[in-house]
Amino acid sequence: MSDKAKNNMIRTKRVKVQSVNRSKKKNYNLIVGGSITGVILLMILIGVFYTPYDPNAMDASAKFAGISMKHLMGCDNFGRDVFSRVLEGSRTTLIVAAGTVFIGTFFGVIIGALTGYYGGVVDEVLMRINDAIFAFPSILLALVFISIFGSGKYHVIIALGIAFIPSFARIVRSEFIKCKNMDYVKSAKLQGAGDFRIMFVHILPNTLTVLLSAIMIGFNNAVLAEAGMSFLGIGVQPPDASLGRMLSEAQSYLFRAPSYALFPGVIIILMVLGFSLLGDGLKDE
Amino acid sequence: MAEKILEVSDLQVSYLSSRKTPFEKKKRIQVLKDVSFSMEKGEILGLVGESGSGKTTLARAILGMIPYEGTITKNAQRAQMVFQDPYGSLNPARKVSWILEEPLRLKGGLSKDERKEKVIAMLSRVGLDEKFMDRYPRQLSGGQRQRVCIAGALMLEPSLLIADEPVSALDVTIQAQILELFQKIHEEMGLSILFISHDLRVVYQMCDRILIMQHGQIMESGTVEEVYFHHKSEYTGKLLDAAGIEVD
Amino acid sequence: MSKELLKVTDLNIEFHDHLIPETVVYDFDLTLKEGEIVGLVGESGSGKSMSALAIAGLLSRRDMRKRGEILFEGVDLLTCERSVLRKIQGNDIGVIFQEPMTSLNPVKKIGWQVEEPLRIHTDLSKEERYRKAISMLADVELDDPERVYDQYPHELSGGMRQRVMIAAAMICMPKILIADEPTTALDVTIQAQIVELLKRINREKKTAILFISHDLSLVRRLCGRVLVMKNGYIVESGLTEEIFKNPKEEYTEKLIAAIPKVTRKKDR
Repeated sequence: MSDKAKNNMIRTKRVKVQSVNRSKKKNYNLIVGGSITGVILLMILIGVFYTPYDPNAMDASAKFAGISMKHLMGCDNFGRDVFSRVLEGSRTTLIVAAGTVFIGTFFGVIIGALTGYYGGVVDEVLMRINDAIFAFPSILLALVFISIFGSGKYHVIIALGIAFIPSFARIVRSEFIKCKNMDYVKSAKLQGAGDFRIMFVHILPNTLTVLLSAIMIGFNNAVLAEAGMSFLGIGVQPPDASLGRMLSEAQSYLFRAPSYALFPGVIIILMVLGFSLLGDGLKDE
Repeated sequence: MAEKILEVSDLQVSYLSSRKTPFEKKKRIQVLKDVSFSMEKGEILGLVGESGSGKTTLARAILGMIPYEGTITKNAQRAQMVFQDPYGSLNPARKVSWILEEPLRLKGGLSKDERKEKVIAMLSRVGLDEKFMDRYPRQLSGGQRQRVCIAGALMLEPSLLIADEPVSALDVTIQAQILELFQKIHEEMGLSILFISHDLRVVYQMCDRILIMQHGQIMESGTVEEVYFHHKSEYTGKLLDAAGIEVD
Repeated sequence: MSKELLKVTDLNIEFHDHLIPETVVYDFDLTLKEGEIVGLVGESGSGKSMSALAIAGLLSRRDMRKRGEILFEGVDLLTCERSVLRKIQGNDIGVIFQEPMTSLNPVKKIGWQVEEPLRIHTDLSKEERYRKAISMLADVELDDPERVYDQYPHELSGGMRQRVMIAAAMICMPKILIADEPTTALDVTIQAQIVELLKRINREKKTAILFISHDLSLVRRLCGRVLVMKNGYIVESGLTEEIFKNPKEEYTEKLIAAIPKVTRKKDR
C-alpha cells in the first residue's frame, strides 16, 4: 500500500499537465445554425448589389415560367423573376425582424433593468402596464397600431417592436432581480458606483447569455409575425417584396406555379431554423 | 492611547418581519441590541459568533448599507468589505483586470496605463501574477478568487477593511494561506481589519482583540489572552469547546 | 473480525464530456468494514467527492467511464443492473451532501422527504411510515419532531437541515452512510454537534461511515482510519493517530499544518 502511495505521490505531478488544453466537444447546433444563417445573410448581401433581374420588372412572355437556367426559381403571375424577388423579399423581412427585435430589446432592457433593480412602486406600475400589453397577442396589437397609423414597412417595425417589448422586459427583470442581491453588486456600491453604472455596466453583461437566446427566439417570432402580417395584407405594401407578401400572392397559383410558393416558404423556414439553432448553440457556449 | 478608527455606541438595528398571512401583524425583530465597542487604528479586531448572532448585520451597519439607530463614528475613508462567498462577490461577466480597475475608474484621475500598473502591483501584493489579469472569475479556484476579492477591496487603499467570514467557504489549506495574506497586508499597509468569523481557531492567529457576539449582543470582549484563557462568559466556553480548543 | 461490507479496487474515473477525456480518480482502493468510520481527506478537486459519488452509484453512466470494481457485499455496483443498483441506493447505502440548503427539496415538507426512501423501498402503511419518520427525527436529536415533520426546509436552520438529511439517509437503516463534507457549510458549534451525532449513530446502529472532509481536525475526532487524496490519487492511508504522529508524505504534513492551532505564546 505504501509503495503504491509513493508511486501515486510521484504521479500526481504529471496530472496537472494533462488537464490543460481540454477543448470542448463540437457544438453542432452552432455550426449548422451558423452556416444556414451565414448563407442567407450572404444571399441578402449579394441581393443589395446585384439581382439577376429587376425585382419589379414584368415580362409577359415569362408568366408562370418554370424553373430554368434563365429563371432559377421560376416566375410569378406578372412574369417577375422569383429569385430576384426572394433576394429582395428576404432583405425586407430581415430588416423588419431586426428592427422589431432592436426596439423590443432596447426598451425591454431599460424597463426590465429599472423595474428589476428598484422594485417597489416603479416595478408595480411598469409591470402592470407590461402585463396589459402582454395580454394581447402581438399580431393583434400590431394590427390595431397599423389600422390607426396606416401600413408600410416602418409602421410594421414600430408596431411589432412595441408588441415585443413586454417579453424582453420580463426576461431582463427576472435576471436583474436574481443579480441585484449578489455580493459583487454590494462591493460595487461600496466602491462608489452609482445606480445606473451598476445596472448597465455591472449587471447587464451578466444577463447577456439569457438575453441573447431571447433575442434569437424573438427574431424568429418577428420573422413569422412579419410574414403573417404581410400574408394578411396589412404588412409590407406592394411593390415592396417581402417573403410573407410573396407567399400570399402565390397561394392563388399554387398548382400553376408551385415554385412561386415553394421558394419564399423554404427561405422563411431556413431563416427561422437557422436562427433557432444558432440561439441553442450560443446558449451552450 | 492610540487613535480610534471606529467607535460604535448604543447601536440598535431592527426590521419588520414579513407577514406569513395578510392578517398577521408585522413584528419588529431586533437584530442588534445596544452594541458598543471601539476599534483602534491599525489593530485586527475579531468578531466571533454563530450564524444568526448579528455579525453580518453589524458589518453592514458600519458600512452604512442598512438603517440603524445609535452612533457610528468612522475615522476611515472608504471602508471596504471582503465577503464570505468568493463565488458571488466577483462579477462573473468581467475579467479580473476589469474588476480590479473598476474602483480606480470610479474614483477617476488616472490614465489607463496608470490603472493597469496599479492593478499589476496589487495582484502581486496578494500573491497572483500578471497572467490572472485576463481570466474570468469562473477560471479561478476559490482561494484565487478570494485573493482577487481582497485585491479589489484594497485598490482604493482604505484604512479600514471588514472581512466577513472570508475563509469559511475555503479548504483548510487554502484558509491558512488566505489568513497569512491578511496578516501580510495588515503589516505592509498598516490596515485596520475587522475580522468576522464563527471559528475561534481561525481568529486566534489573526487578532489582537476579540468580541464575542450572541443574539445581537456583545457577550464578551478583550485581548486574545483574556478571551481564550480567562473567559468570563459561559457562551465563550461553549464556543471554545466546539472549536476543540483545550484550555488549561 | 468484522465483515467486509465494501471493497473498492483499482477504481478509475474518466470524464468524457470533452474531446480529450480527463481522468479524475486513479487506482482508488478502499475497504470498509461493518461499523467502521473511515475518513477521506483532500483539498477540493482531489477527487474525493467523485470517488464517493461513484460508490453511491450517483455518477452518470454516459459521460463518465469507470474501470475497476466496487463490490458491495459481493455485488459489483459498476456493472450490475440498474434495478439492483436502485435497490441498494437509499436502502443499503445512504448519502448526505455538503449543502444543506440545496439538498432538500424546497417545496416539500420535511416529513415527506424523510419518508421518501420508505415509500420507495418498503411497503409500509402510512401510519407506520409516520411513526418511523417521527422516531428517526427524534433520533437525530431534533426537538419537537412532530412540528418539524410539518415544516418546510426554509423554516429550518442549516444545522437542523443537516440533521433532517441524516434522518432521511438513515431511515432505511443503511449499512453504509456516505457523508460528503456534511459539516463544511456549518458553524463550528454545529459542526461539533453533527460529528457527535454521527459518532452516536455509528455506535448505536453499527452503520459504517465514509466521512469525506477537507478538515483533518474533524476527521481526527471521528475516524479510526483515514485516506489522504491528492489530484485523484490516494497518497497516504492508515490509522488516523498514526498519520497524525508521523505523516509519511509532505502533503499530509501540509494538511496537518494547515489546521489552525491555539497554543499559548507570550511573544505574539
